[in-house]
Amino acid sequence: MFGTNIKEEVDVCVVGAGHAGCEAALACARLGLNTVIFTVSVDSIALMPCNPNIGGSSKGHLVREIDALGGEMGKNIDKTFIQSKMLNVSKGPAVHSLRAQADKAEYSRLMRKVLENQDHLTIKQAEVCELLTEDNHIVGVKTFTGTIYECKAVILCTGTYLKARCLCGESITYTGPNGLQSANHLTDSLKKLGIEMRRFKTGTPARMDKRSLDFSKMEEQFGDERVVPFSFSTDPEDVQIDQASCWLTYTNENTHEIIRGNLDRSPIYAGIIEGTGPRYCPSIEDKVVKFADKERHQVFIEPEGLHTNEMYVAGMSSSLPEDVQLAMYRTVPGMENCKIVRNAYAIEYDCINPRQLFPTLEFKNIRGLFSAGQFNGSSGYEEAAAQGLIAGINAALSIQNKEPFVIDRSEAYVGVLIDDLVTKESFEPYRMMTSRAEYRLILRQDNADLRLREKGYKAGLVSEEVYKSVLDKREMIDKEVYRLKNTSIGASKNIQEFLSLKGSSILKTGTNLSELICRPELSYEILSEIDVNRQLLPADVIEQVEIEIKYEGYISRQMRQVEQFKKMEKKKIPSDLDYNDIKSLRLEARQKLISYKPVSVGQASRISGVSPADISVLLVYLEQFNKNNKC
Amino acid sequence: MKTDTIAAIATAMADSGIGIIRISGEEAIEIADRMFRTRSGRRILREVTSHTINYGYIVDNFGEEKIVVDEVGLNANRVVDEVMVSVMKSPCSYTTEDTVEINCHGGVLMMNRILELAVKNGARIAEPGEFTKRAFLNGRIDLSRAEAVIDIIHSKNQFALESSVSQLKGSVSEAVQKLRQELIYEIAFIESALDDPEHISLEGYGEKLSEKTENIISRLKKLLDSSDNGKMLKEGISTVIVGKPNAGKSSLLNILVGEEKAIVTDIAGTTRDVLEESIRLHGISLNIIDTAGIRYTEDVVEKIGVERARKYASLADLIVFVVDASLPLDESDYDIIRMISGKKVIVLLNKTDLDEVVTESILTDEMNAMDASHIRVIKTSTKENVGIDLLEQAIKDMFFQGEISFNDEVFITNMRHKEAIMNAYESMLQVRSSLENDMPEDFYSIDLMSSYSSLGTIIGEEVGEDLVNEIFSKFCMGK
Repeated sequence: MFGTNIKEEVDVCVVGAGHAGCEAALACARLGLNTVIFTVSVDSIALMPCNPNIGGSSKGHLVREIDALGGEMGKNIDKTFIQSKMLNVSKGPAVHSLRAQADKAEYSRLMRKVLENQDHLTIKQAEVCELLTEDNHIVGVKTFTGTIYECKAVILCTGTYLKARCLCGESITYTGPNGLQSANHLTDSLKKLGIEMRRFKTGTPARMDKRSLDFSKMEEQFGDERVVPFSFSTDPEDVQIDQASCWLTYTNENTHEIIRGNLDRSPIYAGIIEGTGPRYCPSIEDKVVKFADKERHQVFIEPEGLHTNEMYVAGMSSSLPEDVQLAMYRTVPGMENCKIVRNAYAIEYDCINPRQLFPTLEFKNIRGLFSAGQFNGSSGYEEAAAQGLIAGINAALSIQNKEPFVIDRSEAYVGVLIDDLVTKESFEPYRMMTSRAEYRLILRQDNADLRLREKGYKAGLVSEEVYKSVLDKREMIDKEVYRLKNTSIGASKNIQEFLSLKGSSILKTGTNLSELICRPELSYEILSEIDVNRQLLPADVIEQVEIEIKYEGYISRQMRQVEQFKKMEKKKIPSDLDYNDIKSLRLEARQKLISYKPVSVGQASRISGVSPADISVLLVYLEQFNKNNKC
Repeated sequence: MKTDTIAAIATAMADSGIGIIRISGEEAIEIADRMFRTRSGRRILREVTSHTINYGYIVDNFGEEKIVVDEVGLNANRVVDEVMVSVMKSPCSYTTEDTVEINCHGGVLMMNRILELAVKNGARIAEPGEFTKRAFLNGRIDLSRAEAVIDIIHSKNQFALESSVSQLKGSVSEAVQKLRQELIYEIAFIESALDDPEHISLEGYGEKLSEKTENIISRLKKLLDSSDNGKMLKEGISTVIVGKPNAGKSSLLNILVGEEKAIVTDIAGTTRDVLEESIRLHGISLNIIDTAGIRYTEDVVEKIGVERARKYASLADLIVFVVDASLPLDESDYDIIRMISGKKVIVLLNKTDLDEVVTESILTDEMNAMDASHIRVIKTSTKENVGIDLLEQAIKDMFFQGEISFNDEVFITNMRHKEAIMNAYESMLQVRSSLENDMPEDFYSIDLMSSYSSLGTIIGEEVGEDLVNEIFSKFCMGK
C-alpha cells in the first residue's frame, strides 16, 4: 500500500456497488448523509454477473418490500425489463411472485445514473483495503492508494469479490466475477478486527451466441399478456411493452453420460473447491449425481439483453473444463452447434458468519460497521438489495442517534431473511424461499405497500404523499369489506336464478355479499350484477378486498400465530446481561447465547441448541433482572 | 400482559382417595364455571366469594345449560364426578392469578377426565413447573425459590424424557414418527413446487394428497379414539392368561401375584369366571385377567365362557397362553390357538416337571399353521416355580423393545400427547376442507405444517431445518 496524504471526511463509506451497495448508499444519501460508494470498477455498478432476472418465487416479494420501504430495485427493473411473468398464479395469493428478465446492461446503466444523480452521494473507483477503528468504533477506511476516508459508519457489500477465485475445470483464475479485479486485502484487515470469516462458493452457467442456437427445437416461453410492475410507484401502463422470449429445452441421457464420465475433472468432485455451495442452485454435475434417476433436466435459454447476442443457459451451471462443457452443452436439443461466448465457472469468495451481526446488520463487536449481501453469506440480487437497504437505513439512523430499524418475521420477508441470517446456523449461501416464511399468508407481494409504507415513511425514505395514499387505500379496503359484510342478500327469485346461472348452489336462508364472495366459484367481480350499491374502486383496492374476504379464516388463524410470536419478540434481552450468572442454563445453551447475543427472547428461542426449558429459565431470570433494575 | 389459562393435575398421578385439578389464569373461574353445577343445576362459581369451597358436580354439559342432578343419579351419564371446588381470586392465590382447585375422587382416569374437560372448556395443559413459574413472574415468590423450580423444570423434562423414551420407543413414537415423515414429505413437495414452479409441477397433486389426508385423518382418529376408550380403569398392559382347565393358569397368577410385586387392586370380575389382578413388574404395570378354562364344548353355558374369553383376548395387548405340555394338544388348545391368532403371545409350555409330550417344535409348527406368528415360547413349571423369571424377562423385553405397550392408556395417562394429537387431527380436518373447497396448494401446506409441528411436540422435535433439508434432499431444485 502506498502513502498519500489525502484525507477525506464523510459520514458513510459503502464498500462495493453491487445490489446491496447501491441500496445502502442510496438510503444513506437520501437520509441526508454524506456518502461515498467504492467500487473496483465504475463499469460494474449494479452488475448482474449470474442470472439475467430479478424476482422469482419469494424473491419477488423481497423486491416489492424493498420498493415499499423506499428502495430502488423495483423502480429500476420496471424500466429495464424485457419480459415479465407472475409465477404461481394458479396457486394462492401468498405465493404469487413476480419475475422479470432484465436487460443486464440497461439495468446496470440506469442504476449507475440514479447513483450519479443522487445528492450527497459520491462514486469512487478504488479498492478499500483497511478498516480504521478506535475502541471498537469505526473511524474510517483506507484505500489501496493510501487515501483515508474518515467516516462514522462503514457498510461492507463486497459480494463475491473478497479473495475471489474462479474455477473452470483445471483452469483457475484469481479474479472476481466476469474477470473483474478481486479484492485481496480487506479480508486480512477484517480478521485483525476479530471478525470470523468463512468461504462460500457459487457458480454460473455458460453464455451462448444466440446465432449458434436452433430455437426451432425448443419451446418458446412468453411473458404475461398483462404485465404487473414491481414498484408501487410505477404506472402499470408504462410496463406494457413488447417482450422478448425465453426458450425451454432439456438435457438427456447423453448429456448425463458425458458429465458422469468427466466428474474426476470437476474441481468440486476432485476436491479443489474448498467453499460450500448452495444446494438450491446445484450445478448440472450435482443434479446428475444427486438425482441420478431423473432422465432429463430443464434448461431455459434466456436473453442477457436486447442489444447483445449472449444467451444465458439457466439450469446448467458448471465448473467442468471447457472441452467437457462444450461437449455437454452440444448434446442438448437446439444447442448442437452452440458457440460459447463465456464459459461456465464456479467462484469462491470470503464472507462472514452473519451471526456476528445484530438484526440491524451492525457488527456486534464493532460499532458503526455494517454489512449486507453475499458478504453476509446470502445469495441472490434481491436478498443482497434487501439487506443493503436495511443496513443503509440503520447506519444512517445510528449516526443520527435514532432508534434502530428492525423488521420482524411477521412483518416482511426482509425480516425473515435477516432474522434467519443473524440467528440460524447456515453452512451454505442463504437463499430466500417461501417455505422459510412462517406467516406468508400475511406477507403477500400484493400487500407489501400496506405492510411497509409506514415503516419506510418513518425511516424517512417514503414521502408523506405516498404514505398518505396508502392510508387512504387501507381505509377504502376496510370500508368496502365492512359494506360487503353488512349487505344482506335475500333468497329472492332473481338471486337464486343468478346463483344457479353462475354454477353456485342456491340460498337456503338470507346471507350477505361477503359470504358469497367466499364461495370458490364466485368473486367480487361476478357479484357486481347483484351488488347494486357498489362504487367504482381502484383495482388494487378490489384485489385486497377480495383476498381479505376469501381467505379470512386462514388469515385470522395466521394472525393468532403472529400474536403468539410477537409476545416473545417483545421480551427484550438487555445487552449487558451476563449469561454466566444464570446458573441453571445448560452449558450448550449458555455458550450459544453468549456468542449470538440475541436481542429478544423470541430470537433466543430460534437459536439451535437453545431448548424450550432454557427459554423458561431465561424468562424467569429476566423477570427478576428487570425487577432489580427498577428498584 | 394477557396470559392464557393453564390446568394440571396437582396431586400424584396414582390411584388415591382424592385428587386435585388446579386451573390458573384469567379465565380460570369462567372455565370451571362452565363445567361445575350445583345439585339443582345452577352455575354459581362466578358469583361465589373468594376462598370458599363449594359442593357440586363436574358435568360434561355440551349443548345443555342446565343439568339437574338428583339423588338417584338422573343424568348420570352427564355427571363426571361429585366434587368440592375452591375458588381463589386474584391476587390472593399461589400464582396470584384467579385460581380454581377441583377436589375430585382419586384415580388417574377420573382426574384425566376432569382435566380433559377443563381443556375442552378453554384451558391449556400446564408445562412442568408452570404454576410456580407464574407465581414467580407475578412476584409471588423470590428467585431462590424460583431457581428451585427451574431445577424441577429441568429434572422433570429429564424425567419425562427418561420415562417416556422407553414407551415412546414403542408403538406411539413409531406411529408419530411415521406420520411426521409422511407429512413432511408432502409439505416439502408442495414447498419445492412453490419455490421452483418451473421445474416442479403440482398438477393432479390434489387427488393424491386427498388420499393421503384421509389416511392420516383416520390414523389420528384411531389414536384419539383409543384414548377416549375408558375400558381400562387403570393404566397398564392388558394381559390375558388363557389355557384349558388345569393347564396351570391359576398357579401362574398366584406366583405372579404372590411374590408381593405390589398388588394395587384386587377387583373381582363381573362374572365368576374372570379374575383381574394388577401387578407391577420391573416398573411395568400389568393388568392380568385370568379367564376360566376354555374347553371345546357344545354346552351352552360353557360356550358363553368361551365367548367371554374370546372377548378379553381380543382386547388384550398381550396373551399368555398356558399349555399343559404333559398332554397332547387337543381341540381346546386348537380352539385357543385360533382365537389368539394375530395377537402378541407368550406360550408357556407348563409342567416341565412331568414328561414332555408337547415340544417347542410341535407347538410352533401348529401355531404357524394357524397363522399365529409373533410368539415366544417359554418352558415353565408353575408347580416348581421354574421359568417364571424367563416369563418376566420376556414381558419386560417385549415392552422395552416396543413390541407391546401401555395399551391405549399411553394417551389417557398423557393428556399432553392427547392434546397434541387432537391439534394435529384438527389441522388435518382443515386440510381436508381446503381440499374440498379446491383451495390452492399453498393453503394445504399451512395446516399440514401445523399438524406436523403438533405431532413434533410429542416426541420433542421442532420444525427447525427439517423442511429445508427435506426439500433439498428429495426434490431437484432448478436454477
